[in-house]
Amino acid sequence: MRRTLRDRIQQFLAFASLIVIFGFFSIVSPNFFNYGNVTNILFSTVVIGLLALGTTFVIITGGIDLSIGTGMALCAVISGVLIVDLGVPLPLGVLGAILFGGLIGLVNGMNVAILGLPPFIATLAMMLVAQGLALVVSNSTPIYFDQTPAYIDLSIGSLIPGTDFPNAVLILALAAVVAGVLLNRTVLGRYTYSIGSNEEATALSGIDVRRWKIIIYTLAGLFTGLAGVMISARLGSAQPATGMGYELQAIAAVVIGGTSLSGGKGSIVGTVIGALIISVLNNGLQIMSIPQEWQNVILGAVILLAVYADMARKRAR
Amino acid sequence: MTDLLLEARGVGKSFPGVRALQDMHIALRRGEVLALVGENGAGKSTLMKLLSGIYVPDEGEFFLEGEPLRVSGPRDAQEQGISIIHQEFNLMPDLTVAQNVFIGREPRSGGFFLGERALNNRAAELIDRLHLPLDPRQVVGDLTVAKQQRWRSQALSYDAKVLIMDEPTAALNDAEVQVLHDLIRRFRTDTTGVIYISHRMDELKAISDRITVIRDGRYVDTLDTATTSIGEVIARMVGREITGDAKPEGVRTGREVVLSVRGLTTKPLLRDVSFDLQEGEILGFAGLMGAGRTEVARALVGADPVVSGTVTLRGTPVRIANPAEAARHRIGYLSEDRKHLGLLLEQDVAANVVLSSVRDLFQSFGFVRTRAMREKAIELVGRLRIRTPSVDQTVKFLSGGNQQKVVIAKWLVKDCDVLIFDEPTRGIDVGAKEEIYRLLNDLAEQGKSIIMISSELPEVLRMSHRVVVMSEGRITGTLTAGEATQESVMHLATLRSDKNHGDETADFPSEAGAR
Repeated sequence: MRRTLRDRIQQFLAFASLIVIFGFFSIVSPNFFNYGNVTNILFSTVVIGLLALGTTFVIITGGIDLSIGTGMALCAVISGVLIVDLGVPLPLGVLGAILFGGLIGLVNGMNVAILGLPPFIATLAMMLVAQGLALVVSNSTPIYFDQTPAYIDLSIGSLIPGTDFPNAVLILALAAVVAGVLLNRTVLGRYTYSIGSNEEATALSGIDVRRWKIIIYTLAGLFTGLAGVMISARLGSAQPATGMGYELQAIAAVVIGGTSLSGGKGSIVGTVIGALIISVLNNGLQIMSIPQEWQNVILGAVILLAVYADMARKRAR
Repeated sequence: MTDLLLEARGVGKSFPGVRALQDMHIALRRGEVLALVGENGAGKSTLMKLLSGIYVPDEGEFFLEGEPLRVSGPRDAQEQGISIIHQEFNLMPDLTVAQNVFIGREPRSGGFFLGERALNNRAAELIDRLHLPLDPRQVVGDLTVAKQQRWRSQALSYDAKVLIMDEPTAALNDAEVQVLHDLIRRFRTDTTGVIYISHRMDELKAISDRITVIRDGRYVDTLDTATTSIGEVIARMVGREITGDAKPEGVRTGREVVLSVRGLTTKPLLRDVSFDLQEGEILGFAGLMGAGRTEVARALVGADPVVSGTVTLRGTPVRIANPAEAARHRIGYLSEDRKHLGLLLEQDVAANVVLSSVRDLFQSFGFVRTRAMREKAIELVGRLRIRTPSVDQTVKFLSGGNQQKVVIAKWLVKDCDVLIFDEPTRGIDVGAKEEIYRLLNDLAEQGKSIIMISSELPEVLRMSHRVVVMSEGRITGTLTAGEATQESVMHLATLRSDKNHGDETADFPSEAGAR
């Protein structure tokens, strides 16, 4: 009972902040609150949102995954190689890119769980490896999906008849539901919290912590793969040199959503709200013609504020 | 032979450089509580780890109900009916009670999805059967330490044949130990047995049928509890006899008051706490868990905010806003949780000893004077008889007793003359306890003024020149060494606050020494 109540309060606070920020921009800018722009905000949440969903699991175990940004770029390149260069059928190509993301996560998981490397180090190394491989595999040139419009429609096409509501948003929503079910309703989720809460006790309770950690990092990798597909579909091309920096935005979304970097606490709803807060801020500040540099300053301040508010609230209990 | 539930025959285990166990024998009968005692380092935890499959024995065998027993891991141990309640690291504080109880074997549908309702129902049944005051949906981190211990003990064990408890009462007060012992008695049936590891000798008498003593990794003896004195058990543990009825030393009255506390009140708990600490005195603080003894210490050194109250140090009123200021006034607080709050476990002895005084004593122009530091550390290691290969030894490898001495050394370097010891002997074995006691007595003799907070009544009684007893955030009485007995202290400790509102003398006219 207490757990759900406490989580609700946390989510409510994050949600309230989202509403406040949203309201603020609606008042100060006439171009902010309309169907086109709101759709735009949702659309721009997709990539960060997908990365944040996967990494929420890792962070709840008390770990961190820095490889998701460049990993995403590598998966985008893999998708391009499969579909454009090799002519693999679209569904198989997409599946291959997602599974490749899983492979990246699997290696991360094994480095952390079996070799015992600190997650920060293991995934920092993977971040560099993925960046390099993306350039090597693609010959440092973007791969364009001009010949496969169906691929681009995965992101910007619309399944909802008579609208231009992008599929990407629907995919993010579906992914969030899947992540929520996994975290709250399955053994996987229970052990995610358990490992983050007290790893040694979890092992002593007879749970194969190493195996579950590998599974959790692999899961994060699958989300990375999906993000790679979605970003290349949106851009119409796989850009090998991108990706760096996305991991920090994703981690920021997770943290703003109330997930603790020390592990044991967090929620999917919080992460989704965190990702939305970041998009709304970026979008609103852009509409207000605030330069990109200042947007970053403001985003940094928001992260400090969100985490401080969360800690202050817990201390007050 | 067949009445043996669990048996160890000639079990041995070595680690590089250490023979942790050799030729170990244990025989647990059906329906009994077998106490396992030995000093720290005697091999108890190695034995536990062998039984939970974390280590594999080098030699010898285990038998469960007469059949050879091989355990491949903690999960396997549980499935074979052996539940082990480890001393520490046993709970996931972010999960609920029910989620903790069934971790690793939660009710599932389809092998992967959780049956949360079934989980809570089964936990509720279990809690009901064991008469525990718990809500299965409560998050464990919100429970007090005592409650955590209480439920985990039973909860983990409900379908076990053999329940092994490693120091289950280390953080419990006497009343809570009673509750735990009731639970153990309820668990024990004709087909189950309990191995009970404890440092607290009085408990062994209360709960165990037989006592197995081990020392230095070897089996020493097994004794029938009913016909054995505590003295005999301790003698076998340490290889020498310890006199069990030591008295407080150097008790005198009419000494100068060093520290005077008046009307100390905090928002959450403390109400109008007033007491005097005299020079060269050991002032014991007794009370049940949650009575507010630790809170008094924390409020005094400025670790917790105070609503009202005055502190007078040698006649001068002082305001202490944080522990650094307390240290400047030469008041040292030695926390009950020395591993988290008292020591840098990963650092060496020398670094720990000088930690609080580096800035005052061991620097010139901002650089640390390493040699002077080491010399001071070596001096204190000798003075306090800290058993360590050198001052370069990492503190986490020292035994509990020696770790505690390192903490004491730290405050002595700082030249504190008011020392507040919070549970000074928690988790320390019997022989080392005696040394800590001797050290406390020596410090008092040298004129240090000591506040000693303790949940172990015998410890309070044998050490304290005077005893302050607390209940529910108030002081319910102050007893002289002569007045303090188990009964008088317990009586004051269980006084309800609604009863000591003004008319306490009417309710308890015989109350001795109440301020």
